[in-house]
Amino acid sequence: MQDLGEAFSLAFGLVLAGDGDLMEIILLSLQVSLTAIAIAALLALPLGALLAVARFPGRGAILVLVNALMGLPPVVVGLVVYVFLSRAGPLGWMGLLYTPTAMIIAQVILVAPIIAALSRQVLEDLHGEYAEQFQSLCLRRHQIIGALLWDGRYSLLTVLLAGFGRAVAEVGAVIIVGGNIDHLTRVMTTAIALETSKGDLALALALGIVLLAIALTVNGLVMALRATAYRNAYA
Amino acid sequence: MNKRLLALFSLASAVLFLGGGLALADDKSIIVQSTTSTKNSGLYDHILPQFKEQSGITVHVVAVGTGQAIKNAGNCDGDVLLVHAKPAEETFVAEGHGVARHDLMYNDFVIVGPPTDLAGIAGGTSAVESFKSVADSGALFASRGDDSGTHKKEKALWAEAGVDPSASSGQWYRETGSGMGATLNVGVGMGAYVMSDRATWIAFKNKGDFGIVVEGDEALFNQYGVILVNPEKCPNVKADLGQQFIDWLLSDEGQEAIRSYVVDGQQLFFPNGNS
Amino acid sequence: MLERTPHAFVPSADGGRSSAGLASNHLKVTGLTLEVDGKRLVNDVNLELAPASFTVVMGPNGAGKSLLLRLLHGLVAPTSGEIHWGGRPLDDGLRKRQAMVFQRPVLLRRSVAANIDFVLKGSGRARRQRLQEILERTGFLAQAKQPARSLSGGEQQRLALARALALEPEILLLDEPSASLDPAAVAAIEEIVRGAHAQGAKVIFVTHDLGQAKRLADDIVFMHGGFLEEFAPAEQFFSKPRTEAARAFLDGRLTY
Repeated sequence: MQDLGEAFSLAFGLVLAGDGDLMEIILLSLQVSLTAIAIAALLALPLGALLAVARFPGRGAILVLVNALMGLPPVVVGLVVYVFLSRAGPLGWMGLLYTPTAMIIAQVILVAPIIAALSRQVLEDLHGEYAEQFQSLCLRRHQIIGALLWDGRYSLLTVLLAGFGRAVAEVGAVIIVGGNIDHLTRVMTTAIALETSKGDLALALALGIVLLAIALTVNGLVMALRATAYRNAYA
Repeated sequence: MNKRLLALFSLASAVLFLGGGLALADDKSIIVQSTTSTKNSGLYDHILPQFKEQSGITVHVVAVGTGQAIKNAGNCDGDVLLVHAKPAEETFVAEGHGVARHDLMYNDFVIVGPPTDLAGIAGGTSAVESFKSVADSGALFASRGDDSGTHKKEKALWAEAGVDPSASSGQWYRETGSGMGATLNVGVGMGAYVMSDRATWIAFKNKGDFGIVVEGDEALFNQYGVILVNPEKCPNVKADLGQQFIDWLLSDEGQEAIRSYVVDGQQLFFPNGNS
Repeated sequence: MLERTPHAFVPSADGGRSSAGLASNHLKVTGLTLEVDGKRLVNDVNLELAPASFTVVMGPNGAGKSLLLRLLHGLVAPTSGEIHWGGRPLDDGLRKRQAMVFQRPVLLRRSVAANIDFVLKGSGRARRQRLQEILERTGFLAQAKQPARSLSGGEQQRLALARALALEPEILLLDEPSASLDPAAVAAIEEIVRGAHAQGAKVIFVTHDLGQAKRLADDIVFMHGGFLEEFAPAEQFFSKPRTEAARAFLDGRLTY
């Protein structure tokens, strides 16, 4: 418990001092996870919308698959990405291993199924409400998907938030494909793992508190946005 | 709608490109596959800035177990290999993965344990005898269990002691499958003896009431070697930069940098590169 | 105008040719039947509606009024029977010339203007000027930027109607659009629908409000239990209903 008290004062100290290394790590964490979320959203939101709107043979199987992929262990994703990006692997020529890009790729794979599965649910509910009206307007499928994505935007923000939470909090994948290299691929979670292995539990906890604060801030911002949406009856 | 998507996409690609470009733009850099013991002890934080200042080369260290480091380097995922498992290193070179192996520095292993000292080995100087006592007493022992250099060394000592600890795995012999620091955390947590390299132990901050119980045995000698990954096998290897790093490590300047790394008044690594 | 004559329509071999000259808002329904889970919810409906009339569909709850409207608009596929608009079987092209307003307005989570703009864009029409026109005509100029879902119930339905009219439909289908609205809102809705009808739209309006039917209808389609019980000019229907069910309904004795 002594560690915990020390951790809090250390965390505040670090943040207040604007420690350069810490800022670099925080920024990289945000850069990697936010980029991963943006890319995953581009891939998974249309997929989720398509699954919400379309009925085709094999849809059930795809839903089961996407839902199962939500539970992918990060370390397995890390390993698979490592195998592909390693110099000895099929994509080794790209030289991406141990770069932030490799970490982004791993997180996209981790997060895309979550966004696809959750957005499918959200948009299917929304479509239930709109379906007859859209049918009456003779909208094409891409118009329907576009309208659902836009009208569901505030609910989808929460979906993206769930994805961001998973991305920014996972360590298993990024430590394998990023290598936890100082000033290059060290992010909050790998830094915490490193300090833990150094036995510096107080510093590790302090970093954990900072990570929690970041998560709280991001969530708070999104919630504030949603609250505005509610007031405007957009959500 | 489509315009928005396009904008988002461009933004994402830009960031991704930036992220990818980060590594490419920083061309004067190498990747060193190394061990957790050298990294966790803080050695690199001490010597790499000196090298960077002199050469302008950025060294990126990937710290994993020696076994993993050798495997990664074998996959061409690194320019230099810096580990401590001489037989495995020699095999690595013999198989053509590495150019040549150089002795770099040494430190030694110590056995740390709780003050209760159930096996009664405190103050001993023979690692093998201590291991026998641990096995006989059934006192808890936490092992890396990760095929690292330290783990290989530990297994060799058990063999010498005539004990097969893996038969008692999960009972008094606890294999963590983790790095040195993580294993020390486990050992301190459960009151188990741990064999650690001295550097990691000295720099370790979660010692609790643990202390060194056995040290000074020649059998606990821990030699580090450094190898340039073979550019003939791995065309991506930055052989020039990697060789510059190795040359510097082995130079008087580099050896002095290693010698001057001191934690709590104790020197952690003993350079023997130009011996 | 034809009255209910269940087996009077025999599809003629030259139907296509002879109907080629019909306006697209001329409706002819033959043997229209909808079964769901073995229950006949719409039963062998035969009907022919004049292009310009204001038709009100009446009947107690569960009579099949809303289903009939959905069938006519093509939202529900019939089990059997045929629907021809202007001599052509119902398809997407025809449906685009129709617009439907639902009992509960389905508004997008956007501003008033964006709701109208959405359908203008979807139908590929010139937008800016048309949008202003519609906003003005339906009394939304001042509220154009307000979120649609923050409007009152009556305003929401008026907006749904405005959005439907933005498409300049030849046929306007309304499914109890003013149920559960206050009298002023009902009047506003009726006013706009009347205006659309005056400009030439064929209107099919479902309601179970007798007063409203009397105010609006040229002719009445009376449904009961899935059957088309009576089809008559409004005046005749209200003064001399021919069927027992219609009499009971008009006397307030038939509520389901």
